[in-house]
Amino acid sequence: MTVAGKMRQYQVVGRKAATEDNANPEAYRMIIFAPNAVIAKSKFWYYMHQFRKMKKTTGEILDCVELVEKNSRIIKNYGIWLRYSSRSGTHNMYREYRDLTLTGAVSQLYNEMAGRHRTRPRSIQIIRTATLAASELKRPNGMQFAKRNVKFPLPHRVASAKRNVKALSDKTFTTNRPTTFLG
Amino acid sequence: MVFKRYVEVGRVVLVNYGPDAGKLATIIDIVDQNKCLIEGPANITGVSRQMISYSRLALTDFTVKVSRNARQKSLSAAWAEADVLAKWESSSWAKKLSSKKKRASLSDFDRFKVMVARKQKSAIIAKKMKELK
Repeated sequence: MTVAGKMRQYQVVGRKAATEDNANPEAYRMIIFAPNAVIAKSKFWYYMHQFRKMKKTTGEILDCVELVEKNSRIIKNYGIWLRYSSRSGTHNMYREYRDLTLTGAVSQLYNEMAGRHRTRPRSIQIIRTATLAASELKRPNGMQFAKRNVKFPLPHRVASAKRNVKALSDKTFTTNRPTTFLG
Repeated sequence: MVFKRYVEVGRVVLVNYGPDAGKLATIIDIVDQNKCLIEGPANITGVSRQMISYSRLALTDFTVKVSRNARQKSLSAAWAEADVLAKWESSSWAKKLSSKKKRASLSDFDRFKVMVARKQKSAIIAKKMKELK
């Protein structure tokens, strides 16, 4: 799937279509991360026919609702278990992210997997997510920011985004190097 | 080369880019090495609670005493106690920003007045220099 912008979280409920033999088939519920509801429903069938004998033509989606983060004002630690296929095989992975929302963390995951492992979104399956307390974190990067009284300077500040300026300065020529020490 | 301005809870920052560019805010929590959570407080500076990248911020010399994830009420109380706005306005950084802004908003008549004032100033200086020679 193409992931443009932030991911959203959907709860998709579906079941096999009702027949004469089985008037009330079992309904299944999945939590799907997708950029929009259309892709969410498509992913629902993708997973459902891997797990059960059920597909879009023989089933029906009963409900597709977006789940919104309960409290998007505080930073939380998220652990995400995923399965991804690389060029040589498929592997399981566990990653941790700090973010305000679960969907923000999942967006970070997709971007990071693309950057670090060249994994396209189509190759990533999210198995499980969890909100973790600071003591349950396993990866050092998140652990160092989940402490109290975190404090660090911003050394070597480079003007990264060259907005409205020429490559290194707003003049074509200059006689001194830009300053990167801003206290 | 000692660092004096730190990214920490309570550091007052100037937003450099985005819809809130030019406004002051406070760091109330740190996400990771690239982004943090800031808030105005919204009733004082107009910056609502949001996650922002450090590349969009400039750290100032001022801090306020707040706890992590401070609510707007306690944050604005801390701002009032530390008198951040007054301290900021009296800093040379803020003065330079406001004079730049003023210059950009001058009308043609104002620019004429500036030109006349500069000529008067340089006339006074030239006269003094002549006396000293």
